[in-house]
Amino acid sequence: MHITRGFTGRPRVADPGLPPGQYNAGDHWPVLSAEVTPELAPADWTFRVDGLVAEPRTWDWEEAHRLPPSAYEGAIHCVTGWSKFGVRFTGVSLDAFLDTARPHVSATHAVAYAHTGYTANLPLADLTGGRAWIAWEYDGKPLAPEHGGPARLLVPHLYFWKSAKWIAGLRILDHDEPGFWERNGYHERGNPWEEQRYSGD
Amino acid sequence: MTETFVPPTRLAVPGRIAVSEQAASEWQSATITGIRRETPRVTTFRLAVPDWPGHLPGQHLMVRLTAEDGYAAQRHYSIASAPDDSGQIELTLDHVEGGEVSGWFHTVARPGDRVEVRGPVSGFFAWPGDRPALLIGAGSGVVPLMSMVRHHRARNLTVPLRLVVSARSPEELVYARELGAETTAVFTRSAPEGVKVGRMAAAHMVPLLAEQPPGGWEAYVCGSNSFAEHASRLLVTAGQPVDRIRIERFG
Repeated sequence: MHITRGFTGRPRVADPGLPPGQYNAGDHWPVLSAEVTPELAPADWTFRVDGLVAEPRTWDWEEAHRLPPSAYEGAIHCVTGWSKFGVRFTGVSLDAFLDTARPHVSATHAVAYAHTGYTANLPLADLTGGRAWIAWEYDGKPLAPEHGGPARLLVPHLYFWKSAKWIAGLRILDHDEPGFWERNGYHERGNPWEEQRYSGD
Repeated sequence: MTETFVPPTRLAVPGRIAVSEQAASEWQSATITGIRRETPRVTTFRLAVPDWPGHLPGQHLMVRLTAEDGYAAQRHYSIASAPDDSGQIELTLDHVEGGEVSGWFHTVARPGDRVEVRGPVSGFFAWPGDRPALLIGAGSGVVPLMSMVRHHRARNLTVPLRLVVSARSPEELVYARELGAETTAVFTRSAPEGVKVGRMAAAHMVPLLAEQPPGGWEAYVCGSNSFAEHASRLLVTAGQPVDRIRIERFG
């Protein structure tokens, strides 16, 4: 450990919800995306699950909204260092989509891709079991375009670059394929509790 | 069934840019060797980093400060200096109100102090100097763009490069003394005599996009999120393809 002369940091209380190396962003919700925010109307939004599945399927906005609603309330964590607590997203559990598509037994990973072309890879185990959502409301209101509206992937137990904005689909695979940031040096999985920020961490 | 998945991506990760896994994952000690005021709120810190592996203009790094009780804070910062072999790099930091890390730099740091850094990280916003670059920035968003301008000058590159930068006033224009003929400055609150005050507008983009260099511009936008949204829309409206706009947002 290397002490920085004169650095005390913010007044702090031990926060068991804060992963190592993170700070509490409070009410602030920074926007971080590398591409131009798309003008994507709900009527033009679709979500597809294909690849190693029994039934490849595309849902449009109305079809997706007919699935059972599901909410997430808790924290989100960005690799750049901020965490945000008490966020509330509403949408549909990813399990509802995968139950229809039925991944093959050989399936191990997925690549999430956005309507902008952004991609992120995830182990299938991180997308199932009630731990991932397609979210279209934040705090009871439609998700803002700059935060991924009309709909984004939400995988809150991993760093937030995995929660692809403007989600367009999941390609189910039997191997891992690095996505956009993963090819740019970020970690394959991105677990905030293990500080998996960059490849090699 | 095994298929090689080809992502439907229109966001090209520059294949020519490699991010070193080792550099990105190891903290190393850096010593502050110089502090230079740029504007009343913005200061440049020069750091000697003995094992700096080199960087490309536009890349950033992480800085970590550690308190005596072991509490550590880390932040991403863009690298301001051009790649060179001096073993030193520069960061130009805004004094963020209540900023935990920038506050330390602006009020405590002095030459000889040591901080930890890791990087460079991320290659998406990097510009190796091989294609025409249209750089659009506001406030301290000019920092990674200045690394590109400095690189262009240091290597006497002939590839076209233009910078359009927005600041509230001439006093708040970061690197004012260094900006040259490649730069158009836009002032939003007060401007030198004879210069119009106003927001960056279509009129700034249209002429640049009307006279495209061969191969077209690669656009790099950096600033606050609201600026990035505004500037990227101006670019798209003026005809710049969305897949040739790279954005770095200061959340």
